[in-house]
Amino acid sequence: MPDVTNIITYIFLFASLNFEVFLLITYFENRLDMKGEDAMIALGVKKYPSVTIIVPCWNEETTVSKTIHSLLSLDYPKNKLKIMIVDDGSTDKTWQNVQKFRNNPQIEMYSKENGGKYTALNFGLDKLSTDLVGCLDADSYVDKDALKHIVTYFEDKETMAVAPSVKLWQPKGPLQLMQKVEYGFGIFTRKMFHYLQAVYITPGPFSIFRKEVFERLGGYKHAHNTEDIEIALRMQKNRYKIVHAHSAVVYTVAPRKIRKLVKQRVRWSYGFIKNAQDYKEIFFNKEYGNLGLFILPMASISILSVLSITTISIFNIAKAIWNTYEKMLTVGFELHMPQWSLDWFYINTELVAIIGLVATLGTLSMILISKRMSEKKLDIGIDLIYFLILYMFIAPVWILKAVYNALFRVKASWR
Amino acid sequence: MEPRKIGSKKYLYSFLITVVIFATAILLSNYFSQKKLDELRNIQDEISIDILSSETQFSLLEESSCKDVGLGTLSTELGDLENKLSYTESERGVNDPEVKILKQYYSLLEIKDYLLMNKISEKCNKTPLSIIYFYSTDGKCEDCEKEGYVLTSLRETYPDLRVYSFDYNIDMSAVKTLISINKVQNKLPAIVIKDRIYYGFQSVEDLEKAVPELVTMKHMLNASSTTATTTRR
Repeated sequence: MPDVTNIITYIFLFASLNFEVFLLITYFENRLDMKGEDAMIALGVKKYPSVTIIVPCWNEETTVSKTIHSLLSLDYPKNKLKIMIVDDGSTDKTWQNVQKFRNNPQIEMYSKENGGKYTALNFGLDKLSTDLVGCLDADSYVDKDALKHIVTYFEDKETMAVAPSVKLWQPKGPLQLMQKVEYGFGIFTRKMFHYLQAVYITPGPFSIFRKEVFERLGGYKHAHNTEDIEIALRMQKNRYKIVHAHSAVVYTVAPRKIRKLVKQRVRWSYGFIKNAQDYKEIFFNKEYGNLGLFILPMASISILSVLSITTISIFNIAKAIWNTYEKMLTVGFELHMPQWSLDWFYINTELVAIIGLVATLGTLSMILISKRMSEKKLDIGIDLIYFLILYMFIAPVWILKAVYNALFRVKASWR
Repeated sequence: MEPRKIGSKKYLYSFLITVVIFATAILLSNYFSQKKLDELRNIQDEISIDILSSETQFSLLEESSCKDVGLGTLSTELGDLENKLSYTESERGVNDPEVKILKQYYSLLEIKDYLLMNKISEKCNKTPLSIIYFYSTDGKCEDCEKEGYVLTSLRETYPDLRVYSFDYNIDMSAVKTLISINKVQNKLPAIVIKDRIYYGFQSVEDLEKAVPELVTMKHMLNASSTTATTTRR
């Protein structure tokens, strides 16, 4: 008889597997469309719209110059691209460092009192005079073709915002390589959400909007330090079209230390939970299509699923450790090789194990597809191994902390 | 404003595919589970044949010498069966009807093996080297799990030691008779060694003291392993 923990695990496994199958069907359904998009991009931009890229910076003295150089290197007509640096009251040498760009006709720079990223963005939006606007965090760099690829999607009059593919800048070490796979997976899911009209995050680095978005819906909000989730949800609530340009690449620097990574992810997860609460009317509302009926509920269920499966796993691992400890206390440490170790009889063939294996294979196939999408190659490297080993232990930490913060009203800090 | 499309068919297909995957997984799991039960039954049948064969051989050679019916005629698969049975019990649960039947059959085989071993030992004028262990799975016996570790460890150290373990509460007249013959009270874990009953947790050292032959056996094992090493050199 399956016990309660097994039943809970079955339910979450069914939901996760169903979600995986749904995304894979979406992928196979739209594979040709993706090739069509690539062909459309290859034809080039018909008419270059004017674009402003706001670079909000707060104490980014080490990376801001590189960010601006990457924007200046964009393959885009110089008279159509404006770069607006907004220093949000930095206390380091950020403002001094950007002065070297002062005489560049493409660049405008402003300094204001510190008020948070969203205030810096709104400061820039108030001075907007171009057709399109985007933002690039001062720790991110753009691929030179990114903007050209993005503006191609604006040829569709319905498109109000375009999200790029975010990749990691020169990932090194287990933690960053683990994140590399995660970001690649993010490219796949965002593209699928694009086909489902359900993109619910316009990432901070280099998402580009029509200026009408802010004129009609207002500027950025504090939004629990995740203004990129809030603006996307606000747009979805008003049924504005958000698409994903999978070939437009922007690079961001990933946290190297686990403490920083957890802090960043707590902010993201907390931001998702709180913004989902703020936009709860979208949930299970068929007016919002796949986003309301499936994607947002599944994103929420995945939080519960990670929490419950982790709790059950921790309980089982603790039980196994306790049993081993008790055994060692009783009979001491023994070097007897278990005689049955190679017997197929002892392979776990319970339903939970088989479904778990299928779900893992589903995740692996999506990761491989996402690798092919983002890296144009299909390989199983050390990054994938790090992801499989580390992610399941680290991710529950930030999810648990974010849920705790959301339940007990502890605000997530930016840094 | 962009009208929102809902892929109803896709929801249906993905749900159906997931159901099919689940159903296949259930079938596969049941198939393997059945295969494992079949394997357990096969082992039990083999042991049963082994015991029957030994008993028959014993009867045929009633008047013969000990060397014709030495302890080597006993089945060697009881330990393997017990490992697999306890694994199945942990996988399917103690209350699983199949597990209950298998355990009953296993207990019977143990009793038969025990009786045969006693007969052979008597014939060969040897003290039977066996431990009868009573445990329970009702959650009331706190030390049973620890005692299990001790006995498993002993069996691994002394492959010739025969450990017969019985669920004290098993609904089976043969086991109940064994309990009453040995006058074992419901104070578990209980261990019977050479007609003496030990209640409560017994460590490896306690049991080695209770069966001095084990120490002799240990010296023999050490000596043979040294010889083997020397020969290899």
